[in-house]
Amino acid sequence: MAKSITVGDLDIYYGDFLAVQGVNMTIKARSVTAFIGPSGCGKSTFLRSLNRMHEVIPGARVEGKVMVDGQSLYDSAVDPVAVRRQIGMVFQRPNPFPTMSIYENVLAGNRLNSKRMKKAEADDIVERSLKGANLWNEVKDRLNKPGMGLSGGQQQRLCIARAIAVEPQVLLMDEPCSALDPISTSAIEDLIHELKSDYTIVIVTHNMQQAARVSDETGFFNLKAAGQPGQLVEFNSTQKMFANPDNEATEAYISGRFG
Amino acid sequence: MSLATAPARPTSEPVAFTQAKLPRLAPALVGVVAVAAAALPVLLLGWGLIAWALVAGVLYLVALPAWARVVEGPRGAADRMVTGLVWAACLVAIVPLVSLLYTVVDRGLPAINSTFLTYSMYRTELDQEVGIYHALVGTLLITLGAAVISVPIGIMAAIYLIEYGKGSRLARWITFLVDVMTGIPSIVAGLFAFSLFILIFGPSTRVGIGGSVALSLLMIPVVVRSTEEMLRLVPADLREASYALGVPKWRTIVKVVLPTALGGIVTGVTLAIARVVGETAPLLLIAGLTTRTNFNVFSERMTTLPVLIYTQNANPGIAETPGGTPPGIEIAWGGALVLILIVMMLNLVARVIGAIFAPKTGH
Repeated sequence: MAKSITVGDLDIYYGDFLAVQGVNMTIKARSVTAFIGPSGCGKSTFLRSLNRMHEVIPGARVEGKVMVDGQSLYDSAVDPVAVRRQIGMVFQRPNPFPTMSIYENVLAGNRLNSKRMKKAEADDIVERSLKGANLWNEVKDRLNKPGMGLSGGQQQRLCIARAIAVEPQVLLMDEPCSALDPISTSAIEDLIHELKSDYTIVIVTHNMQQAARVSDETGFFNLKAAGQPGQLVEFNSTQKMFANPDNEATEAYISGRFG
Repeated sequence: MSLATAPARPTSEPVAFTQAKLPRLAPALVGVVAVAAAALPVLLLGWGLIAWALVAGVLYLVALPAWARVVEGPRGAADRMVTGLVWAACLVAIVPLVSLLYTVVDRGLPAINSTFLTYSMYRTELDQEVGIYHALVGTLLITLGAAVISVPIGIMAAIYLIEYGKGSRLARWITFLVDVMTGIPSIVAGLFAFSLFILIFGPSTRVGIGGSVALSLLMIPVVVRSTEEMLRLVPADLREASYALGVPKWRTIVKVVLPTALGGIVTGVTLAIARVVGETAPLLLIAGLTTRTNFNVFSERMTTLPVLIYTQNANPGIAETPGGTPPGIEIAWGGALVLILIVMMLNLVARVIGAIFAPKTGH
């Protein structure tokens, strides 16, 4: 249950402002794809355009093609809500729902879509998702406590559990470890390795070691020049990107010679 | 300029972290002395209590900073001065409130007895007991009607402003008009309801629901404003988290945004109710005046507590004993006490509800 994504000539706008220009890539199914690049170069913007979260911001729009499983996401007949059910997302800052318990947070995607289910079935989903997010052992005795009471790393794993509870095809992660300590980060990286066998994962990260550790393929984004839109500079297998990149700018960025 | 030519920074002088301070009891000491010193001219010249307090206050505000200046220096003096002023402002703000509460309790409490809350003003013989039951019922029903009208409208308008209309021209206009509505004099709201009901139901119409309409006009802007503020406080992260789970926008609002803001919204609504429950002028116009208990807001006149207080005060009747309190005045004080208790209870309820619905942190 994983899908590949093909992106063709994608331009992303905020109002009249062209933020990202001319992206072409194919994200393979059941693999981890990482995006690296300096701040403000459009990595997160591009990531959000992959499940139509981009248009939540007023005035934001997209031109070009994003194809998942042969269907264009930006067809006029496509329902963005249906897209987001198949392509889940984990955000930079952990954001569990403050009014809900841990249990309810995991089930939020199902419950909010008013899916009727039996108690046993719900329990099963909660346990499976929390185990999938490596959180089960830490919270199994306090499932009815508020989700906000967990530590930052636990909250982020709760958000991952919540995202995989609806069984999406693709999981997008926008700097999921940037607010976490090294131990929680390593827990989430291990998790990404495990999830890879079932999901297509796309991760934005500022941490180059992390990209090298977790990803199979890496895309380097950069601004064309100051004030110019961001672009995809190079997209290659992670091994090649970090050992012998095709592009000079990529090498400069990865070796730290470039801000 | 190179570093070498810069003069060397003297380092030998010891740094003092301690300095002289007034004793901890200094403010209390100066306060006692000021009160005592102020008593002298006040007693000699035969001034009253208020003058005494004023003179004592001024003496305190001069003496303590002066002493502090000698011992602690200018910064200490300024600190003592401002602290004194802030305390004085606080006292000045509280004194009228306490005095008002004391007077109402003092004068209203004797009026309240078993018949006061259970009898209406309607009587067939002069020596029958009277009470404010009819006004209590009227106040509760008319305010309930106003809440039923304005809470859904207010909350939905706020949802439109925050979730859908953000930044649009229509939303800006609505916000502007809501702000204008906040400042509408209550008598104008009453006149609006009055003319509306007369145009529809013919002249000399007086119904309770008319009062509800007038009050809801005053309530809606308060509800919109407080709900708007509360919805604004809900982090955008939560909405995005919900969208990313494939939840439609309206469900996100109903299941995520509103529950998160619920505590604040309920508090805002309760405070809006407390604000309109004491309105007199609009109800005098449209709800009319009656001595009988009326449970039907859709027909016949209805009296509310503020209107009862106003009319009893205007026509107090004749005291049983010469020089005593006229019966109307007693009823007015009793009614005022009951009204204040209702408002106080609403505020308490708002606090409790706010605490219950506040998002749980789990600590």
